[in-house]
Amino acid sequence: MTQTSQTYSAKDEATSFLAQRTAWDRTKILLKKSPFTARFGMIVIALYVIVAVFAPWIAPYGEAEVFPTPYAPWGGDHMFGTDQIGRDILSRMIYGARNTVGIAFATTILAFLIGASLGLAAAINRSWLDQFISRSVDVLMAIPSLIFALVLLSIFGSSVINLIIIIAVLDSTRVFRLTRAVAVNVVVMDYVEAAKLRGEGLGWIMRREILPNIMPPLVAEFGLRFCFVFLTIAALSFLGVGIQPPTADWGSMVRENASLIQFAQYDLKAGLTPLLPAAAIALLTVAVNFVVDWFLHHTSGIKD
Amino acid sequence: MSQDTLLEIKGLKIQGFSDERWHDIVKGVDVTLKRGQVMGLIGESGAGKSTLGLAAMGFTQPGCKITGGQILFDGVDLAQLSETEKRSYWGNRITYVAQSAAASFNPAHRLIDQTTASTLRFGKKSQAEAMDDARALYGELNLPNPDTIGDRYPHQVSGGQLQRVMTAMAMSPRPDLIIFDEPTTALDVTTQVEVLTAMRKIVEHFNTAAIYITHDLAVVAQMADFIKVLRYGEEVEEAETRKMLTAPEQDYTKSLWSVRALAKEPMPEQEPILKIKNIDAAYGKVKVLHNVDISVPRGSTVAVVGESGSGKSTTARVITGLLPPSAGDIEYEGQPLPPKLQDRSKDQKRRIQMIYQMADTAMNPRQTVREIIGRPLEFYLGLRGQAAEKRILELLEMIELDGRFIDRLPGELSGGQKQRICIARALAAEPDFIICDEVTSALDQIVQEGILRLLMRLQKELNLTYLFITHDISTVRAISDQVVVMNLGRVVEQGTKNDVFSPPHPEYTELLLSSVPEMDPDWLTNLNAARA
Repeated sequence: MTQTSQTYSAKDEATSFLAQRTAWDRTKILLKKSPFTARFGMIVIALYVIVAVFAPWIAPYGEAEVFPTPYAPWGGDHMFGTDQIGRDILSRMIYGARNTVGIAFATTILAFLIGASLGLAAAINRSWLDQFISRSVDVLMAIPSLIFALVLLSIFGSSVINLIIIIAVLDSTRVFRLTRAVAVNVVVMDYVEAAKLRGEGLGWIMRREILPNIMPPLVAEFGLRFCFVFLTIAALSFLGVGIQPPTADWGSMVRENASLIQFAQYDLKAGLTPLLPAAAIALLTVAVNFVVDWFLHHTSGIKD
Repeated sequence: MSQDTLLEIKGLKIQGFSDERWHDIVKGVDVTLKRGQVMGLIGESGAGKSTLGLAAMGFTQPGCKITGGQILFDGVDLAQLSETEKRSYWGNRITYVAQSAAASFNPAHRLIDQTTASTLRFGKKSQAEAMDDARALYGELNLPNPDTIGDRYPHQVSGGQLQRVMTAMAMSPRPDLIIFDEPTTALDVTTQVEVLTAMRKIVEHFNTAAIYITHDLAVVAQMADFIKVLRYGEEVEEAETRKMLTAPEQDYTKSLWSVRALAKEPMPEQEPILKIKNIDAAYGKVKVLHNVDISVPRGSTVAVVGESGSGKSTTARVITGLLPPSAGDIEYEGQPLPPKLQDRSKDQKRRIQMIYQMADTAMNPRQTVREIIGRPLEFYLGLRGQAAEKRILELLEMIELDGRFIDRLPGELSGGQKQRICIARALAAEPDFIICDEVTSALDQIVQEGILRLLMRLQKELNLTYLFITHDISTVRAISDQVVVMNLGRVVEQGTKNDVFSPPHPEYTELLLSSVPEMDPDWLTNLNAARA
């Protein structure tokens, strides 16, 4: 039996306190317990990031460097052959990682900045502002987003900046919905009221009191949203209004080499060429989803 | 009364899993309960009383496991049975009444269907018989309209009625043992009396054994034949109720009893620091305050008492400016205070601080103690860095904690410690006036006493004024100078503590005062005799 004091002392009340761990320690423990799928996802994402960042050093040739032989077969100087005007497929794949992933990432960040700040403001304000933003978002969401994006891109022209802004605005509607829904539950907490009573401004309440408490669902949504943005960009590029040539990206690479697929009966490798960028898209999507799933599982507190 | 043993727990050990380790929750406890006996199980939170209560059914919460000992129910060791075998006992021979009735009922089914569900599952009675029996039980539990109340849905009856329906549900299969887990903790005192009376009557009528878990000594004194005190998963003391109340042996038990001995000396009359005059307030179209008039003398404690819905907390919201009144004035130190929070100056906001009932939700779970206490220091007084750190440490000393707590998150503090941090946050603003909204009602008695002592000491040292909102009369007796009794949004009575607590009382004050359980096993019997 442990000897405990018989008189009351506030310091000795039973708590679940454990030794302070640094953020690094906690991350290590978390990683150690991560399942195989999550590790696989993280490794794949890390590889994509490395390829995207160091593209000019990794790629054997330039992004838009044209060689004399179009549709060159696999092997030899060009590992995956060349495309319809003689550009090296492997190099374009590597640069494509930079363009496609980079633009998707920038778009997702922008979508979250817009959606989350409006969502928080609406959740705190709950008056005409909430009504105004929510109804505008309803209107935007009523129009199928791919078609809406096509229309807007044909009006404003498909530069990279336009592409980022248009997809970000369309996707921010979903982020707004989520942020508002989770923030509404936090806004009613006494600590938010305490901050209001103290006289804190809207910015402080949004950033310091509410945001840290709704991060887990937002981070999870970030992963999923990134996948959707990425697929939207690939789809738009495939339709020819996304990233414009000569910039390499996976969506347009699929489209440009799509006709090769019918040659698969004569040369299997040639037939595979349009599937390579498609596979790159698929692999990243799967990897991100693995990581998001694990993160959601971890933060939702379900233990078994 | 037959005296054969119904439940015998021998050397029970239970472990719980948290933070990647197994912790001992119950460390070898013995229980012997005879048929028809009621055992009171008391102790502070974390003492393992609920875990032990559930273990008496052979049940452990997810993340817990029984690591040793026997649970002999009518000679069968429940700890050894499979899940399926145990289920033939649950809802049949052993039933359970949970703390929060509102959260325990399925909102989609009628009450009577839920009352009879387990009886029908075991095929003990036909549906018609079970329904008739349930109506008879409702009647026995003094529920209004016993013949039709079962046709209602859970949200259509009050909290006290729902708790009685749950008791009927537990009694419906005529179990040998009922486990009551803090069944009246969430109820108002006047409702609590009715529920306690009903529970005791029905348990006596059917000669059912019961385990009654609570942290309220006065309540357990009404219900139990004998009382077991738990602390840190171990038994401190067990004795027959009368003996336990009059002559506790252990120091810890004595300290539990001493909580009610707290008292405050009367103080000389002071000029008022805050006056609210003829306040009316409404949520939308529903008027909740009618002509409320309260004056708070400087350096004193004014207790506002009343049941839920009496307008106590709304009064606090009016004073803080969160709910501007529809009529009336607020005066602070003789100056009018703007009714809206936005119109008040930073200094006016600083001088009125608030401490909340639920310390859990009053602190941002993602901020450390340093950030929580540091923010008002920075916001109101411009203290940063070293100066702020020094002040935070001073404040932690003031609330009887120390520097070890500075980097903890609220989740790493106990209930009492959390409430202390909230007090420190209020003190950090250097206020004159603090509104305490039910600050001790979510805490164990021994922790309550610590907090109340702290508040009284701080009041003396810093000349603070408290508006103390509570429904607990014993707290009022302990700490207040003046008392305001509220009911249905009106002030019923107002005056010094002695005036309000000595007769003659207005009718409502009488009802409220007489409903407060006393540490006397005969109190409930006498009260019901007097009211009859």
